[in-house]
Amino acid sequence: MKIQVRYFASLREALGPGETVELPEVSTLGLLRDDLVARGGAYADVLARGRAVRCALNQVMSDEAAVVRDGAEVAFFPPVTGG
Amino acid sequence: MSRVAIQHEDFDVGSLFQALHAADAGTGAVVGFVGTVRGRDDGHAVQALELEHYPGMTERAIEAMIDAALGRFGLRAARVVHRVGRLAAGENIVFVGVAAPHRRAAFEGCEFLMDYLKTQAPFWKKETTPEGSRWVDARAADDAALARWGLDSDNAANA
Repeated sequence: MKIQVRYFASLREALGPGETVELPEVSTLGLLRDDLVARGGAYADVLARGRAVRCALNQVMSDEAAVVRDGAEVAFFPPVTGG
Repeated sequence: MSRVAIQHEDFDVGSLFQALHAADAGTGAVVGFVGTVRGRDDGHAVQALELEHYPGMTERAIEAMIDAALGRFGLRAARVVHRVGRLAAGENIVFVGVAAPHRRAAFEGCEFLMDYLKTQAPFWKKETTPEGSRWVDARAADDAALARWGLDSDNAANA
């Protein structure tokens, strides 16, 4: 299945605005993050466990147990600092 | 009048207040908050801020916050304007305004929306200082402010 991944703020500076990611099967946000970290390089650096990274699934703040299905839009970003 | 605007342009506080006063005949109080770019932050000079958002998600998140605030405080109207892009020190960043039948609900509703916005709306700030630029970290104090309303921050929840 194919999903769209987007990055914002410091993650966008490190990884670019986003990409299409192919996954063999239905996954979760946590497993997707693990897959990205396994690429190494900047991915391992900014998405590593212990780094403050938040996720949204289909534009709703979600935790890592959230199930990712075909066609989903996933975003990774740092804690928000608006206002 | 749309309840949420994310825009590069500055806003006019006077006309925002007027629109809130006029929004509902039951309005007896309007409270507004304007956030501006601090020229100094924690002792260091700040020349400008770069504001980024998540188009689509940011607007929807704020709409949901406004719905929550209208129900919780019995507000008659609410309006959020948040600027994005590069803003110089002293410029306006954000306007939050609410209309309510009475003063207390208006003050509380405005503060609730602002606390919510700081911790749950997808905006990110990058500071430009004489030493270079850096992303602004989320503040624990902002999470604590949200907890006052019995709510968890998404910043804290998804560690």
